[in-house]
Amino acid sequence: MIIDLVLLSITTILVNNFVLVKFLGCCPFLGVSKQVDTAVGMSLAVTFVMTVASAATYLVQTFILNPLNIGYMQTVAFILVIAVLVQFVEMVIQKFSPALYNSLGIYLPLITTNCAVLGVAILNITEQYDFIYSVVYGFSAGLSFMLAIVLFAGVRERLETSDIPEVMKGFPIALVTAGLIAMAFLGFQGLKFN
Amino acid sequence: MSIRKEITKGIFKESPIFVQLLGMCPTLAVTTSVVNGLGMGLSATVVLVASNMAISLIRNFIPNKIRIASYIVVIAGFVSMIEMLLKAYLPAVSKSLGLFIPLIVVNCIILARAEAFASQNTVGKSAADGLGMGLGFTLALVIISTIREILGNGTFLGMPVFGSNFQPATMLILPPGAFMVLGLLIGLINLISSKKKGGNAE
Repeated sequence: MIIDLVLLSITTILVNNFVLVKFLGCCPFLGVSKQVDTAVGMSLAVTFVMTVASAATYLVQTFILNPLNIGYMQTVAFILVIAVLVQFVEMVIQKFSPALYNSLGIYLPLITTNCAVLGVAILNITEQYDFIYSVVYGFSAGLSFMLAIVLFAGVRERLETSDIPEVMKGFPIALVTAGLIAMAFLGFQGLKFN
Repeated sequence: MSIRKEITKGIFKESPIFVQLLGMCPTLAVTTSVVNGLGMGLSATVVLVASNMAISLIRNFIPNKIRIASYIVVIAGFVSMIEMLLKAYLPAVSKSLGLFIPLIVVNCIILARAEAFASQNTVGKSAADGLGMGLGFTLALVIISTIREILGNGTFLGMPVFGSNFQPATMLILPPGAFMVLGLLIGLINLISSKKKGGNAE
């Protein structure tokens, strides 16, 4: 059981990295990765929301949608749960830790439209994970987002000072760099667990 | 601005992907084949037009504070409809797009158009804007997926393009290819537009 969970976690973080292999959460990955500090803050907030959202959406699916037989409301219900959750997290952090709120503040509302959060919620249901698996999967997905965005931010800080052709400056070179990082992550596909 | 202008601006001048850089996740994820790109683009177009019209109709009744949440609910409603329609009539497309159909809800293009355009304009204009942006999105997806499918798999719409001796560059339909093709395309578009302006492009 424990070993299964650890393997699930490693697979999610390295082999099926959410950003670089599954393309979930590309908008913040490309948008909020100009500096390592902000990337770390953003990914901490995302990891937290993803873990709690996995638990909450699992409960909504099992105790509300399934008994009432309204599975087709899944998308609407999940996005509402996530929006409420993000709002709630924002209020709690603001109340109890104003310092953390000041450093994360601007990123929190953005998490609602981070497709990795809705993605992990829907994947939990389609993969038929139970409660503990869902929470671990959500947490690992958050960590995989963190790994990708922090690595990428480190490279982008260096790109700022390098000599790049005018037309490739900014977004295009960042995308090509992301491609190279993704290529490195392809190497993890060779990991096999028995 | 006339209706025709609203439609064409989304396709070229304000192309959501190449110029506004919105909606990156589906762009990178589903462009492994032309069929997928086309399916994704058209589904998003339908949602865009429908949600733009609905939001424009109710724009005067929504309290300002909860507008984003209301937009998301409207969009989620239309996305659920598309999801069920695709499952019923185009199960193959539905299967290969998979997770990315429900994820149209959080596609930044749709929310951005609702907030920036539909909440301030009449129904006709909003519909035209949605159609234009949707077609621009579809066009961009088709361009990217054509490049990736032909070079990465040696096929176009599933039909082989080259002789049997062709060795496809599989890298292009794997994740790294998506990032690189899009990056180089945007670079190319920057180059063309800077040449047009008469500036000296390197």
